[in-house]
Amino acid sequence: MKLTLRIWRQSGATGRLVEYVVDDLSPDMSFLEALDVLNERLITTGQEPVAFDHDCREGICGMCGMMINGMAHGPERATTACQLHLRHFRDGDVVTVEPWRAEPFPVVRDLVVDRSAFDRIVAAGGYISVPTGSAPDAHATPVPKPDADTAFEAAACIGCGACVAACPNGSAMLFTAAKATHLGVLPQGQPERYSRARDMVAEHDAAGFGGCTNTGECTSACPKGIPLTTIARLNADLLRAHTTRSDR
Amino acid sequence: MPYTEGAPISDQRVPAGPIETRWDRRRFSARLVNPANRRNRSVIVVGTGLAGGSAAATLGELGYRVKSFCYQDSPRRAHSIAAQGGINAAKNYRNDGDSVHRLFYDTVKGGDFRSRESNVHRLAQISVEIIDQCVAQGVPFAREYGGLLDTRSFGGAQVSRTFYARGQTGQQLLLGAYQALERQVAAGRVEMHPRTEMLDLVVVDGRARGIVVRDLVSGAVSTHFADAVVLATGGYGNVFHLSTNAKGCNATAIWRAHRRGALFANPCFTQIHPTCIPISGDHQSKLTLMSESLRNDGRVWVPRDPHDTRAPNDIPEADRDYFLERMYPAFGNLVPRDIASRAAKNISDEKRGVHLDFADAIARLGTPAVEQRYGNLFEMYQRITGDDPYRTPMRIYPAVHYTMGGLWVDYDLRSTIPGLYVIGEANFSDHGANRLGASALMQGLADGYFVLPGVIGDYLADAPFDPVDDHHPAVADTVSEVRGRVKTLLAVDGDRTVESFHRELGRLMWDECGMERNEAGLRKALERIPELREEFWQRVKVPGTGERLNQELEKAGRVADFFELAELMCVDALHREESCGGHFRSESQTPDGEALRDDANFSYVAAWEYTGVGQPPVLHKEELVFEHVTPSTRSYS
Repeated sequence: MKLTLRIWRQSGATGRLVEYVVDDLSPDMSFLEALDVLNERLITTGQEPVAFDHDCREGICGMCGMMINGMAHGPERATTACQLHLRHFRDGDVVTVEPWRAEPFPVVRDLVVDRSAFDRIVAAGGYISVPTGSAPDAHATPVPKPDADTAFEAAACIGCGACVAACPNGSAMLFTAAKATHLGVLPQGQPERYSRARDMVAEHDAAGFGGCTNTGECTSACPKGIPLTTIARLNADLLRAHTTRSDR
Repeated sequence: MPYTEGAPISDQRVPAGPIETRWDRRRFSARLVNPANRRNRSVIVVGTGLAGGSAAATLGELGYRVKSFCYQDSPRRAHSIAAQGGINAAKNYRNDGDSVHRLFYDTVKGGDFRSRESNVHRLAQISVEIIDQCVAQGVPFAREYGGLLDTRSFGGAQVSRTFYARGQTGQQLLLGAYQALERQVAAGRVEMHPRTEMLDLVVVDGRARGIVVRDLVSGAVSTHFADAVVLATGGYGNVFHLSTNAKGCNATAIWRAHRRGALFANPCFTQIHPTCIPISGDHQSKLTLMSESLRNDGRVWVPRDPHDTRAPNDIPEADRDYFLERMYPAFGNLVPRDIASRAAKNISDEKRGVHLDFADAIARLGTPAVEQRYGNLFEMYQRITGDDPYRTPMRIYPAVHYTMGGLWVDYDLRSTIPGLYVIGEANFSDHGANRLGASALMQGLADGYFVLPGVIGDYLADAPFDPVDDHHPAVADTVSEVRGRVKTLLAVDGDRTVESFHRELGRLMWDECGMERNEAGLRKALERIPELREEFWQRVKVPGTGERLNQELEKAGRVADFFELAELMCVDALHREESCGGHFRSESQTPDGEALRDDANFSYVAAWEYTGVGQPPVLHKEELVFEHVTPSTRSYS
């Protein structure tokens, strides 16, 4: 099958969309494999390949991410770009491919952006302080199954940044809330629950992400389906953090 | 034979005495660095997967100055994240007869008696602490309604000792380690260097003192120094081009260390995983695993008639061959990976694959229960293939998944270069010739959280060492070699892409050094690889410059190292004239086609010394001593 790919190329401060017609594609290919085919051709004709982040190519590492026809990771629900297959496109389609667009995610080159702000949000409090060796027996604290399931659902976040790219405000609240929920519903995460919410949100804001206005674009773009209720939970924790003792 | 034999390895630094207390005694005999001095001792950790992430976090907690490196944009993306099924631990929460000794026994046997007993026993002991640590970190393991942890069974075991978080256990364990690591980054004890690739090891006066790296964004080549270097850079399955590894997984760090003097052990021991989604065409860029956990409930079969063209659901029960259940009634579909893969290969081929069928499980448990256990795996399968496994059996075939071989390490996980430690998949130590399912996560975390931090003080107690800087001749030479190599790769400006070379090398390795090997095939590969390597350096085309992000350049450097490693893998496979675990030599099999081990001649670890590109390596043997598990023919029937 044939696709016309309009791809964002950027090597300095600004970039532009460049059109490539790729005609030896198969519906079984993933979207990234289509980019591979294009890149092989570009290299053999002496041009520079399109730079894009990718690694596991099975939808779990969170490294890949691009706007495909204006949608984060493309048109398929709950699917990363690496798991998006060409069978979901029609022969002859024109597809526009751009990097994540958000101020805290500066473009490094072409489709590659810098998402280190996410690491800083986690470093601000997205953990349970338990140095190696200090843990009690795993069965010392039973966790009700529904809580464990809620924690897991939130912990499934892959940190790809689609939520930010999809949000009209460029907010990373779904990413932040996913971590706060994962740790905040577990008994092990209670001691730092409120300080965690406060510190992660402070770092989120400092990194330049926008505020959340509950538009819900994030959750519909999220390849792991992190629910919007995580944000409500984070807001509740944040409120409590700011209305109780300052050391909480 | 294209190798020479050198002195055997006599000292593995294993404490004498009862195996149950060896680790305790080693921890006691290891010297310590007092807490106030630790901030003056520095450690470089390369790689941020389960082993590297947990090691860097733990060393930071202990107070050492740590520098952590990964090629990805964030430490959270290391390929441990893709591990699906679970992590073993001898908790015996099920009261089903498990124990440290049984996990030890299963692992030694599963490895086909080619691993070091003392290391494996320690691994089994530590397994229970790992689960405690991870639960305390908030890893959301699957739980029963009573709030306690759920477990399931994996291949090669008759107990239920595998803890899991749906089909994303690796992700959840890695996020636990990553969060602990980020906590240390925030505390200023770990300096994080993402998008930075190690391109060489700095050895000064016989000690590992640092690394040469390339900043993948700016292209700058620079040095980092420390009192010790830890490699946690994973396995080398991508030698085969197509594997379940991430695209970026590579052998450069361990291969460069090998070139600097670290012995490389059992390079031919590679694991072919039985249940992966088959190749769909020439464009295929990687293979996707379907977790071994699926074999808890899925039944593997092929049509009795290989030419049967009916759709799988139209093939009646009588015309199906549930070959694993037929051949191995005691373990059924849960035989170890090497056995299942070879059985699948013998009964089918890459094009047809074999079926993994859930119809019985759905009838027995109902769709919701099956969805609860495997939902995300079924979705992933459907996304890739377009088929719905709830309705039609999965089609699967074996694929390269894991490498048991790696840099040789002693009981302290130290390589043959003082100050260079190797942990996780990058070392060779615990899995022998075949790794059991759910044991990679266990080993990575055991090494990183507990073993390395428990013994590295013994080495660091000798520090501080003489200061080194960029002006030291050994350092300057290493840096200029790295720069020269980058320059050469860019200067060739040939007519073939890196990908085309990688694909050709991978196909050759899969055909001649894959699931089944023989002398003629290995000799053929050993002729072809050097030719292909020569051609690579004459014809490779790497566009762009080295002064900024250049993903082709990164790939070219990795593939260049794969050529050299591939050759060593074939030398090792050729020299080991026996079948064991994942290494199946067709000349060495029983009348029923099972692996035939030769303990009289090959009960040793083959540790190879580098002598130059294309030069015959030197073989050093570490004899394996079995005092607690008697080597026998592995039987799963």
